[in-house]
Amino acid sequence: MRDSVANEKPNRRDFFKRAAAVFLGAVAALTPIMAALAVLLDPLRRREQGTGLWVRVVPLAALPNNGVPQKFAVSADRTDAWNKYPNVPVGAVYLRRTGPETVAAFNAICPHAGGFIDYAEPCHCFVCPLHNSRFGLDGSIQDPKSPSPRPMDSLEVEIRGDEIWVRFEDFQAGIRRKIPA
Amino acid sequence: MKNLFDWLDQRTGYRKITQDVLYENVPGGSRWRYVWGSTLTFAFVVQIITGMALWLGYAPSSRTAWESVFHIQNNIAGGWIVRGLHHYTAQAMTILLVLHLMQVVIDGAYKAPREVNFWFGLLLLLLVLALSLTGYLLPWDQKGFWATKVATNIAAITPGIGRAVQQILVGGPDYGNATLTRFFALHAGILPGTVILLIVVHIYLFRRHGLTAKTPLRRPDAAFWPDQVLKDSVACLAVLAAVLVLTVRHHGAELGPPADPTNNFSAARPEWYFLFLFQFLKYFPGGTEAIGAIWIPGAILLLIFLMPFLGKWKLGHRFNIGFLFCLLAGGCILTWRAVAEDRGKPEVAAAIKNAEESAARIKALAESPQGIPAGGALLLLRQDPLTQGPRLFARHCASCHRFGGQDGLGNIPAEPETASDLKGYGSRAWLAGLLDPAQVDSVHYFGGTAWKNGRMAKFVKKKAAAFTPEQKATLAKVIEAVSAEAGLPAQEKLDAASVADIQLGRTSFNDDLTCGECHTFHNHDDNATAPDLTGYASREWLISFIGDPAQDRFFGKRNDRMPSFGAKKILDAESIGLVADWLRGDWAGNEALR
Repeated sequence: MRDSVANEKPNRRDFFKRAAAVFLGAVAALTPIMAALAVLLDPLRRREQGTGLWVRVVPLAALPNNGVPQKFAVSADRTDAWNKYPNVPVGAVYLRRTGPETVAAFNAICPHAGGFIDYAEPCHCFVCPLHNSRFGLDGSIQDPKSPSPRPMDSLEVEIRGDEIWVRFEDFQAGIRRKIPA
Repeated sequence: MKNLFDWLDQRTGYRKITQDVLYENVPGGSRWRYVWGSTLTFAFVVQIITGMALWLGYAPSSRTAWESVFHIQNNIAGGWIVRGLHHYTAQAMTILLVLHLMQVVIDGAYKAPREVNFWFGLLLLLLVLALSLTGYLLPWDQKGFWATKVATNIAAITPGIGRAVQQILVGGPDYGNATLTRFFALHAGILPGTVILLIVVHIYLFRRHGLTAKTPLRRPDAAFWPDQVLKDSVACLAVLAAVLVLTVRHHGAELGPPADPTNNFSAARPEWYFLFLFQFLKYFPGGTEAIGAIWIPGAILLLIFLMPFLGKWKLGHRFNIGFLFCLLAGGCILTWRAVAEDRGKPEVAAAIKNAEESAARIKALAESPQGIPAGGALLLLRQDPLTQGPRLFARHCASCHRFGGQDGLGNIPAEPETASDLKGYGSRAWLAGLLDPAQVDSVHYFGGTAWKNGRMAKFVKKKAAAFTPEQKATLAKVIEAVSAEAGLPAQEKLDAASVADIQLGRTSFNDDLTCGECHTFHNHDDNATAPDLTGYASREWLISFIGDPAQDRFFGKRNDRMPSFGAKKILDAESIGLVADWLRGDWAGNEALR
């Protein structure tokens, strides 16, 4: 490397040159960076689809009278980035008969970390296989040391004719309050 | 704070590195002619940044590449800007590379002891061109697909290893998913990674030998910072401004219709900076392409690689400069010839126009409620009556029929018009023309057919011509009734507004105007001698008619020359449906007519 020539004292003219070089260089560099950042942050302006909509799940007759919960897929139209899919599965719900004409519905996603909840026959309860959160048939937290911050996410249900309709919605995991995702 | 920086400096030595970088000696002070290396580095950094951003949205497969680029271009915030910056900076880099090479050779910066650095620069030039070539395919549109296919076929003529090289590049014998994954890996990983390595060596060697000053020195030596940095910044900003202007002007970068291996694109051309090579190949007859594509470019490259040795002599240095200028001039002339030849070819202009229309059409389809299906965007075009209808009509119908006087694609066929003009078929206006004594035996209706002097033509020319005003009013209602059978999208409102007249017309068809003597219309008559007009020009009626006009329901044995497209399997059911939908003006986006 050659000897540098850095030892001259800066004067006012040099100051303006330096300021201009830094400013122009920054403008040149920041333009592509800002455009790239806009692309990077694009997902922040997108909302989950297929949720918050009333969807027909199954006929009431498909649900047993013994109060044992059953898992059903929920289908809706879905836009996946550039593709549009009509009527594809977008999630799952547990439905349980609470009376001859009444049904309880829960989102099958664990409110703790988003795992998929199983129904465990031996304990007649819901269990998340990831961190062992346990929930009662009414969705309440069973275990005082449960890692889940809130009970299972209940969903609005309507019986229309002889069919069960659910207002399907996903909620943010990991927080005490039930806030739509 | 100072302690923190001291701590950092003790462990990294960043102050010395910064000092070395910024206070490099520039013999004779800063000059504009030294900016090209910096602008190239800047352009490459822009490519890395915008390339990473594009990577966030790009999916390399034959059913997702075009679709994801479309999504980036039209739906992602800032996507079109990033795409435009990437596209036009790539073009700017090619110009900057040539300028840099010219400056290095003219200033003698390639001579000893800088030969190795010169070679690294040449390797970088080739790698940047390879980046451009691989990037051209990634949007998987018609232009990139066919142009790159030609490029890889040219690679295949390399003696000995050509075929293997082609298959390795393409990922097999055919273009498809493996081609895209390989080109993407080359474009976003292997090539830029190699470029970064070579740039590091290139800059290291540049710093090792110092800047080759243009003599005579006009001013005393100065440090790189701030004078040269300021000039470099201005030049980088100028490059960026030019790229931004092009980006805004074209709203990103062009995206043609999706690649269709079954539909050739006559205007497939490489990027403008490869046009000279494209043109050069035209001068080599079959069997000698390797001379133009491999041997001559290879010899020129070898000569450029040997320039540091030739440059040892004063005359050699002058030869090098002269050779480069000749090369540049030759490239410009060949490029100009390529452009000029294309301008003189109507098929190229037609292909470009067709591609632009297809691109606009698929954009409208992709943005319609149906969106892009899982099978890919090409399906949208393949199943679109507005796109396929005219093509099928031109190929199968236009040798007899016309559509507004042309073949559906805007061309006038060589064969004379010998069957009816089908533009507006089934509409009130079209039927009014058929029932006009002055038009019925014109070439646009029955004039070129066996029915020129048939019963229908005679009825119109004699009976209808003598209709009283009341009968003419009745005829108008009959026309409305028959036309309403079609349920044409463009006439939906009109039909809905004249329900009573249509009902009257239906009754008059048989009762007042005696049309029922030959035709059937919502009744059954085994003795009917003319086509059944029940459901006339509806989708079902047209599909059945095109499928087999010789059915008893239509012309029976009196069918003139029209082929039974379905019965004889000339066209499949989907194609017949597309023609029928197109003739009826029934396609997505035409709702505005309703």
